[in-house]
Amino acid sequence: MRAFKTDVDPPSEDKRWRIVNATMRRHGYESHALIETLHTVQEAFGFLDDTALRYVANSLRVPLSQAYGVATFYHFFSLRPPGKHSCVICMGTACYIKGGVNLLDEISEAYNVQAGETTEDGELSLMTARCIGSCGLAPAAVLDNEIKAKLTPETALKEIRSLIDND
Amino acid sequence: MIDYEELDRMAATERGNQQSFRHRIGVCVAAGCLSSDAQRVKDELESEVKKRGMNHICQVRGVGCLGLCSGGPLVSVDTQNTMYQNVTPSDAAEIIDHLDSQPVRHLKCPTDSAFFRRQVRVVLENSGRIDPERIEDYISAGGYRALMKVLTELMPVGVINELNRSGLRGRGGAGYPTGLKWSTVAKAPGTQKYVVCNGDEGDPGAFMDRSIMESDPHRIIEGMAIAGYAVGANKGYVYVRAEYPLAIKRLQAAIKQAQKLGFLGENIFGTPYSFNIEVRLGAGAFVCGEETALLASIEGKRGQPRHRPPYPAVSGLWGCPTLINNVETIANIPPILRNGSEWFASIGTGKSKGTKVFALSGKVKNIGLIEVPMGIRLEDIVYDIGGGIPEGGRFKAVQTGGPSGGCIPEEHLDISVDYESLREIGSIMGSGGMIVMDDTSDMVDVARFFMEFSMSESCGKCIPCRVGTVQMHDLLTRIIDGQATEQDLKLLEDLCEMVSSTSLCGLGQSAPNPVLSTMRYFREEYLEKLVDPLAVGLD
Repeated sequence: MRAFKTDVDPPSEDKRWRIVNATMRRHGYESHALIETLHTVQEAFGFLDDTALRYVANSLRVPLSQAYGVATFYHFFSLRPPGKHSCVICMGTACYIKGGVNLLDEISEAYNVQAGETTEDGELSLMTARCIGSCGLAPAAVLDNEIKAKLTPETALKEIRSLIDND
Repeated sequence: MIDYEELDRMAATERGNQQSFRHRIGVCVAAGCLSSDAQRVKDELESEVKKRGMNHICQVRGVGCLGLCSGGPLVSVDTQNTMYQNVTPSDAAEIIDHLDSQPVRHLKCPTDSAFFRRQVRVVLENSGRIDPERIEDYISAGGYRALMKVLTELMPVGVINELNRSGLRGRGGAGYPTGLKWSTVAKAPGTQKYVVCNGDEGDPGAFMDRSIMESDPHRIIEGMAIAGYAVGANKGYVYVRAEYPLAIKRLQAAIKQAQKLGFLGENIFGTPYSFNIEVRLGAGAFVCGEETALLASIEGKRGQPRHRPPYPAVSGLWGCPTLINNVETIANIPPILRNGSEWFASIGTGKSKGTKVFALSGKVKNIGLIEVPMGIRLEDIVYDIGGGIPEGGRFKAVQTGGPSGGCIPEEHLDISVDYESLREIGSIMGSGGMIVMDDTSDMVDVARFFMEFSMSESCGKCIPCRVGTVQMHDLLTRIIDGQATEQDLKLLEDLCEMVSSTSLCGLGQSAPNPVLSTMRYFREEYLEKLVDPLAVGLD
């Protein structure tokens, strides 16, 4: 039977938990709502922390191990807070053919950060995507949710610098 | 209740509305053009129209993918039969100024070129022609007529027979006959069945499904509803990559519109048939394109494949019979039932019917989304439609099928593009990524690129794939670094054989393909990197 409420209290007064709860309610608190709910958490909070994973696992009555397993299995979920700015380099074939790897290498060196990590000062998260599907714009990257087309290492570094400087 | 007459009336009203405008401008608002500033172009066109007080005679609307992504942002002026390319917001005034005279010459996109002429549009028939966010526009293009015909005139078995006669095969890559799959699900015992549309387009270099979902979302809904009727399912899931926010948004909006008009929900068109669709998000795992992994993911679990049989057609979602079709396969359903199986079967070759959508990219002049009849020669795609290699580069290979496919060398350029011919030369049709490479690409490096992909996307469940892909990747790296001997090459070949024959699912079974095909056609590039065992010892 579908449940319409949960007896698990949200971890805090933070209003964003209501959004999370709404997603779970829409799916009747069934265990198959796990991925959908984690999407909502990440959208609301930026990442999935221990508190969130425990709350979601308890509410949907799935073992914490399963929630953690799912959160770590899928690339889209992050267990660490994101940097202030994000740079996602497309690693699709078209971008690769046109030098996407150079973008990654140069940015990684310039900011001393590996793909999938955030700089120590928390300014920039460097990530890779499997293919953002903008093959006509190769090589491409997504800077703070905006697609930048036909980049060279120089133009990419310039764009990132201006993002950080404009704060 | 909506009947044919009502549907006709809705279509006529919409067409009337459109024709009441003297000028109709469509701005491509699919992801490719949007990322090159199409939204601002559209805003600017709208404000120019407003400034001139032309609102009542000139319509500006967003349309789906117009195809030639390398020319984006694209703008089409339907009433002038003109398409503009590389439009910037500052061009808006000039375009509006020229509506009543000759089109702006320097922006004109040559729509009489082979890129447009050689295409046959079935799946993409509405793409770029209708506003994807309005159900009325889809109806005016003949939408939902196939669903109505199926529900009111055909028995489920009649739908499947029609599909069998059409010869449609799965567009996800493997090419399994769609009618056969449907009839297996239809015959499977059980009262609860499901339809799943696989929109987890993960191949790097493929964006066909995204374009279809973004440009014509109602087509997916109609196709799935027909599938549900034929197999006896009342619930459908569209599984879409979370990386495609626009496709998700448009599908969700389309589902709401369809529910409101009663094309989804209880007793569709007054028949006993009920069907509903839910969108489910992927979360960035390539392996979820594999059907059993995808089902696990919909159930909220880690996307790990399992042994087959039982096939999903017998035991799928929550143990119920489940039909899984790729987005492009589903998109073919409405036109087949609207125009008949004979019409569909008249396109293509003996065993591969219909058309195939490809995402053409890489070192080729015209980059974009193309739909071609099966059996077209590869050479025609690269040189005619694609316009050849830019900047005086020299053609080297075409990669199809992504990390599960292979590289096709120049000597096979005259091959017919169909399932069997491609398999024969060691590649596959795949889902539709087609990447052209010129002589600046090192084929061993290309093989390593795909192996790195398979390695990091391996779900880790079975050992041949989990360990084998790492070993193959290391060997390829050693070859590239000039650290490998002939012995290593032999080992790599053995590993390819072992991984492909013993892996649990398609990901592992096909992971060696890029290595095998580059070894087959570009062996000298491997050999020239090998070193003498003694030299390695000295290093």
